[in-house]
Amino acid sequence: MLRASWKSLWARKIRLLLSTFAIVLGVAFVAGSLVFTATLDRAFTSIMNGTVGDVMVRPAGQKANEAFAQTRTVPASVVDQVRRVPGVARAEGDVSSYSTFVVGRNGKIVGGQGAPGIAVSYHDAPAGHGTPGLTVREGRAPQRSGEIAMDPATAKRADYRVGDTVNVVTSGRTPRLSARLVGLASYSAGSLVGASLVVLDPATAQQTYFAGRDVFTDVWVTAEPGHDQAALRKAVAQVLPPGTEVVTGDQAADEASDDIKDALSFISTFLLIFAGVALVVGSFLIVNTFSILVAQRSRELALLRALGASRRQVTRSVLFEAVAVGLVGSTVGLGLGFVLALGIKALFAQFGLDLSGTPLEFTPRAVVAAYVVGMLVTGLAAYLPARRASRVAPVAALRDDVAMPEATVTRRALGGGLMVLAGVGALLWVLTGDRTRETYWLGAGLLGVILGAVLMSPVVGRPVIRGIGLAYRRTFGAVGTLAEQNSLRNPRRTAATASALMIGLALVVMMSVFGASATRSVDVLIAKNFTGDYVVSGTFGTPFSPTVTDQARGVPGVEAVARTRFTQAQIDGDRTGIGAVDPKPLTQVARIDVQQGSLDRLVGKTVFVTDKAAKDKGYRLGDQVRITLGGVTTPMRVVAVVKSTPALLDVTTTIAGYEAAGGPHQDNYAFVARAPGADEAQVRAGLERITAGIPTVAVKDQDEFAAEQRRPIDQMLTLIYALLGLAVVIAVLGIVNTLALSVIERTREIGLLRAVGLSRRQLRRMVRLESVVIAMLGAVLGVVIGIGFGIVLQRSQSGAGVAELAIPWGRIWLFVLLAAAVGVLAAWWPARRAARLDVLRAIATD
Amino acid sequence: MTTRVAARAVGLTKAYGQGEARVVALDDVSVELEAGRFTAIMGPSGSGKSTLMHCFAALDSPTDGQVFLGEDELGRLGDKRLTELRRDRIGFVFQSFNLVPTLTAQENILLPLAIAGRKPNQEWFDHVIDTVGLRTRLSHRPNELSGGQQQRVACARALAGRPEVIFADEPTGNLDSTSSDEILQFLRHSVDELGQTIVMVTHDPLAAGYTDRIVFLADGRVVDEMLEPTSDLVLDRMKNLDARLPSEA
Repeated sequence: MLRASWKSLWARKIRLLLSTFAIVLGVAFVAGSLVFTATLDRAFTSIMNGTVGDVMVRPAGQKANEAFAQTRTVPASVVDQVRRVPGVARAEGDVSSYSTFVVGRNGKIVGGQGAPGIAVSYHDAPAGHGTPGLTVREGRAPQRSGEIAMDPATAKRADYRVGDTVNVVTSGRTPRLSARLVGLASYSAGSLVGASLVVLDPATAQQTYFAGRDVFTDVWVTAEPGHDQAALRKAVAQVLPPGTEVVTGDQAADEASDDIKDALSFISTFLLIFAGVALVVGSFLIVNTFSILVAQRSRELALLRALGASRRQVTRSVLFEAVAVGLVGSTVGLGLGFVLALGIKALFAQFGLDLSGTPLEFTPRAVVAAYVVGMLVTGLAAYLPARRASRVAPVAALRDDVAMPEATVTRRALGGGLMVLAGVGALLWVLTGDRTRETYWLGAGLLGVILGAVLMSPVVGRPVIRGIGLAYRRTFGAVGTLAEQNSLRNPRRTAATASALMIGLALVVMMSVFGASATRSVDVLIAKNFTGDYVVSGTFGTPFSPTVTDQARGVPGVEAVARTRFTQAQIDGDRTGIGAVDPKPLTQVARIDVQQGSLDRLVGKTVFVTDKAAKDKGYRLGDQVRITLGGVTTPMRVVAVVKSTPALLDVTTTIAGYEAAGGPHQDNYAFVARAPGADEAQVRAGLERITAGIPTVAVKDQDEFAAEQRRPIDQMLTLIYALLGLAVVIAVLGIVNTLALSVIERTREIGLLRAVGLSRRQLRRMVRLESVVIAMLGAVLGVVIGIGFGIVLQRSQSGAGVAELAIPWGRIWLFVLLAAAVGVLAAWWPARRAARLDVLRAIATD
Repeated sequence: MTTRVAARAVGLTKAYGQGEARVVALDDVSVELEAGRFTAIMGPSGSGKSTLMHCFAALDSPTDGQVFLGEDELGRLGDKRLTELRRDRIGFVFQSFNLVPTLTAQENILLPLAIAGRKPNQEWFDHVIDTVGLRTRLSHRPNELSGGQQQRVACARALAGRPEVIFADEPTGNLDSTSSDEILQFLRHSVDELGQTIVMVTHDPLAAGYTDRIVFLADGRVVDEMLEPTSDLVLDRMKNLDARLPSEA
């Protein structure tokens, strides 16, 4: 039995390879994502381990590398206290910043796109477990104001050598520093994954970031030999004043790398989603391929049954083939996944996340996952056809025409209809009210609709095919009729093949509807709410020095400048964002619709809330909200309720209240209004003079600001299109597969058509038209579902900023045309094959 | 009856394979098929009768010699012209009914005309339909028809385009005797009433008995001919033919 399976497998290798391709892609995404994540893991863990001492003392409730680092501090006195603790060899105060960037020789920022610009104060204490800490590689450490060191990679990228005068921009009080590069220094890991590192002497660092106060971001404690981290942590904890806490170096390193990994986890989520799409679409291809293979072999299988093979043996022989296909697919997929991870690594290097120092981590987890996923999906997909194969009656071996037993199409369609209804119900339920677990219901609803649509497609597809057939008859006559009839011959196969394209296209259309809506929403939002003339903001979304905003006020012709800030905080225990504004100028640059209370009373520790937050959280005028920043809680009073817009966070306080609560002294946006009659060009030139030496900050007018806000949406869409393109490639392979098999099945019929005078060209056209029918069926169903899904997605995100619905009809038409072109392309090989059939031999085939 | 020639072969040789494996299916065959007559090609299996018909019908190309349909030599025509020739000037009836399963009886009958983009002549179509007695079956698909009915559809398809020659390859091979009789009478009728030229390959003496002339093939050569045959005469001749074979070899 095994031998027979092997032989049949070998005889159909090309066909199986086609369907394996889908598995290969799916597995490659799974493996690639796991390998890449493991690599990131290792890169950051090894970096972070080198950047902490045995024990770290820090402000209570604050993790490393959080934005509050510049407001929440440890007093210098703590350093002296810790030094006296038995078992402590050294204790050094650190000053650090995560938004300090080096300006390269060419005037451009080094790195910056996502990777932080780190600045630290210098000390040479060893890192945890006696490993080397910050080490000078060339020259010497900075010792006084006007001296600076940086890591070798950054110096190279900026094209600076030791002895050069270099420029650095900070988000601290001093927006721009010029200093002499006296040395190159780095942590033990060497690579910083694209981040840049600037080293200052402690006094200069305190001057730059803390306005000269003798305080530190944290304290780096080195243990005497023989003292372990946990014990030392306990000992240090004894002497700490309130408001500070102590953690082991290991814990601090883990926390820091976990934070970064969390921030980068969207990459693996993204890849896994596409792995899912590829595998779902791929499993259709496998079901189809095996159904057809089983149908073709029905006589052979019946013969096996007649010769005494049991049903189970027949099922198993088909499943064996599937598992073998899965095995091959998984192995190739694993290899491709590795290549994919390399590709992502290279892509991220472009964006400044440089992992070149870290080799790819080939974990056993990735290998196991690849095989399990690949073989499971193939096995499951082949199970239905395998079971059907076992139902062939032995007597079929002796009959002429063997028909595979098939469940009725209508029963499936009914089941599919119910699923679609349930899915639509779930979606409507979610969209028509505030529901808990919204995401799950949305996901379940979308899944229900798409799976139901797949089941229904043989029935729903009929009128679509008829419609296309009508056009065909008109245009192509007999050849068109034949093509239409051929696609109706096996509705289930046609529909299953089209389904793969349908899913791919539904997702593409959904995302383009959502993307267009998001873009339109940004435009509308800015046009409606932003009444100012210019925006000053960080080029990478990073905060900038408040000095820039102060200087902007002094530009002639500027009437009002409103600074805004925001950061992560806990409000009444919920982790969310908090905003801060200058109340007075704000109303001059933005439209804010006050519903209750008044913004006049927005002074000091008060807040205004959006009506949505007021409804959700039950805030009322006069209520106290508890704002927790960096472990310190500040109560603030609600003085106004305003209409919710996507530009506003739930809770917004004043700049003074924000600073009092411990918010960082950095601005995120400064909105500028021109005085009436002021010269446009002059005001702009004045603003640009301020930001000229600070490449991290730029001035934009309304249109440029809108364009900037749209850019991430466009980039995201491009990435999604590229990945979904793979699903479409799989679908095309599915069409090729189905057509090739149909051609083989109909060899005799093709011979007959040729004998009665169908020319090769007409024959090729027939196959091509059939292919286009399948592609268009997938396209039409996919577009309809995709538009529906896009609307659902937009509605579900309307509270999160995507308030406007836009359907990009032009783009959708383009997709449909592309689908037709895909049909023509997919038919090329099967059509050629059909046209080449020898007429006499074809007629003689059974 | 005039003796216009509908098709002829001159020194036709067809060989398959090379060197040792070379098999000669037709060996220097020259034969004329007259228009307006019902000709049978007979011979034991392996005698080359199907190959001869395939060469006449432009389905296969000769190794040597010439085949003419009317005045056109088939060997000079490319695939495209041959396809057109099959479509416009030749009709086929195969042993297995060879209908397109997705099309109705009527669509099958009109298929060669539809492929050519020609309008069927309604009068002629009605005449053909009535002759084969399919009027009530036109909207049925092949799987809803009996074997005899399917073969009648195939015959109607061959006739519908009024081809110069209809080639029938064992048209009654898969039919019971009643259906066979119907088909053969119908072919006979087409020759007598409609003036159709029909060439039929068969090994059935009963079927051959319906024809005007029989060409006997053995080992790829024309070995005999019979005019105005009856099935008894044919049976005798076939016996002789079989008996003679060993001595010839």
